[in-house]
Amino acid sequence: MAALRVLFVDDEEELVSTVVERLGLRGIEATGATSGQEALTRVEEQAFDVVVLDVRMPGLGGLDVIKRLKQSHPDLEVILLSGHGAKEDVEVGLRLGAFDYLQKPVDLEDLIEILKRAAARE
Amino acid sequence: MPRPLETPAPRAADSEAARPYLSGRSYGRLRRTVVLATAAVSILPLVIISFLYHDQYERSLRAETIDGLARQVTNSKRTLEFFLTERRSALSFIVRDHSFAELCDLEALPRIMRSMNEAFAPGSFADLGLVDAGGRQLCYSGPYDLKGRDYHDQDWFYRVTRRGVFISDVFLGYRNNPHFAIATRHERDRSGYYILRATINADVLAEQLLTGGLAPHDDVFVVNRDGVLQAPSRRYGAVLRTVPLKIPYATAEVQVLELEDERHQPIVLGIAQIADSPFILVSIRPQVRLKSGGLSLPRLLAFLLLSIAVILGVILWGSRQFVSNLRAENLRRAELMHKVEYSNKLATVGRLAAGVAHEINNPLTIINEKAGLLKDLVNLEAEFPRRDKVLGIVDSVLGSVARCRKVTHRLLGFAKHMDVQSETIAVEELLREVVGFLGKEAEYRNVTITVEAEPGVPNVESDRGQLQQVFLNILNNAEAAVKDGGRIDIRVHAADERRVAVSITDDGVGISADNLERIFEPFFTTQEGAGTGLGLSITYGIVQKLGGDITVESEIGKGTCFTVLLPIRRKG
Repeated sequence: MAALRVLFVDDEEELVSTVVERLGLRGIEATGATSGQEALTRVEEQAFDVVVLDVRMPGLGGLDVIKRLKQSHPDLEVILLSGHGAKEDVEVGLRLGAFDYLQKPVDLEDLIEILKRAAARE
Repeated sequence: MPRPLETPAPRAADSEAARPYLSGRSYGRLRRTVVLATAAVSILPLVIISFLYHDQYERSLRAETIDGLARQVTNSKRTLEFFLTERRSALSFIVRDHSFAELCDLEALPRIMRSMNEAFAPGSFADLGLVDAGGRQLCYSGPYDLKGRDYHDQDWFYRVTRRGVFISDVFLGYRNNPHFAIATRHERDRSGYYILRATINADVLAEQLLTGGLAPHDDVFVVNRDGVLQAPSRRYGAVLRTVPLKIPYATAEVQVLELEDERHQPIVLGIAQIADSPFILVSIRPQVRLKSGGLSLPRLLAFLLLSIAVILGVILWGSRQFVSNLRAENLRRAELMHKVEYSNKLATVGRLAAGVAHEINNPLTIINEKAGLLKDLVNLEAEFPRRDKVLGIVDSVLGSVARCRKVTHRLLGFAKHMDVQSETIAVEELLREVVGFLGKEAEYRNVTITVEAEPGVPNVESDRGQLQQVFLNILNNAEAAVKDGGRIDIRVHAADERRVAVSITDDGVGISADNLERIFEPFFTTQEGAGTGLGLSITYGIVQKLGGDITVESEIGKGTCFTVLLPIRRKG
């Protein structure tokens, strides 16, 4: 079975690099992006099974990114990452086609579980 | 230690601005001032005016009495003098118009007397007689047999021979009936003189006195210089009695004097000498009349007391209404002010908490992931030196991160719920959140706080922020009331089909029955100066607003139990 390809997007670079490394240690092919714009570029450059997307980011926010991703790659599954109190944003994101959401700070095992479910759906 | 009855949070609101509303004594002082000032400006003028009026009234009454008596005496004097002058003139005319021989004619004298009585009034003259210079009555016309009587040794005869005209005192005489005589002497040519003498019954004199009428308490009479009654008196009886009153010296001019009578009663006495007669006219009016009529002093005092009672009643009632309305209005304003201030403070705290929590959350996530990575790396290495030790450290870091995460979640939850108006709330969960805020303080003091919920207790539809405030207030008070090592038990259960009950029981110092009655009153506190006394008042207000109810039971030394009843569904 081919490795799961995941794009992890968050404006905290330290978080992105750490999560990417941890996912890699578990056999998941993870790539990081620290802005919405970078995420869109990465998606154009290579193929991903799932995108994990922070809702609130400076510049191009998570909701804008999901909107564009769903237009260009309707089959690409998106999992939202939200901080506490961003319930409304999550609801909007789910309506825009997000597969599910996780609240920060994320438990890695939970993330992997959702990633697997999203990939299976795809 | 006395139990504080408010939450620490609103203590900052215990500002100087709130102070004037706090003291019940200041309202008492205000009421006393209002009552005194109003009473002074309404009662004092009333009293002054009443006494001035009474004084003026007495003066007028006295003046009227004195003037009235003077008028009465003057009129009576004029009447009597006219009466006597008329009769004296009539005698003078007769004696000049008739010769001695004519007057001696036995038929002439009765005819003359008839004419006189017809001219004046029937009975005006009792009899008429002609007396010679020796005092013998030569002719006589009248009802008595007095012809030939000798008067030479009588006083009137002596005086008329000396003066020419004379009016006598009233005396009994030969006829033994009170009367007085008017006599006039007439000179005969070279043969001496003779006297025409008429007598008038004393009761005719009394009739003259009473022609002007007499008030019931008044008396008018005539005395001679010896104080012997010449006309009957209401006070002193029949003619010829001696008046026991010392009669002042009388002159032709009318005098009015304020004296005491023989029984030392105050009287007003009018007196005047009747001209060319021995008669002294006296009129008496009792002084007591001055005080009994119109606005007497007892009546005035009764009127004043009644008026003052009515005025005071109105003032007391009005001031009570005024002060209680003012107090209610001030309390309402102060309460509103404090509520706004308290809400603002909570909102500010909420925003601050949200900011802090958000900023801490991101580095926490990184720490969490880094620690996770470290753990992964250690686990992936088959032979990692001191593996267990490192994994223990990593787990400890992860555990601390989890604790921090709980705190930030709670802070964010508190802030998030500040503005929520109505939502479905799991009461037990909300209570655990609130207890979480108090956790550390309770831990330091070794206070045990338990939360227990009856299975199947329904959620309530309510305002989360307001409920947090309610339970925070009650728990803060409970925590302050218990000693170190004390206990606070929170129990959630269904009160009935429509309400959920939350009982918060502590084993603290308890509240006295007196304080218990006032515990929800605004500004009531057992710690003077320590707080506003608004905490439980606000709590009560919020619970009422949420459609619930709050009750409290307490026993000194055993503890206190607050029960908050919350409707499952909010009305409206």
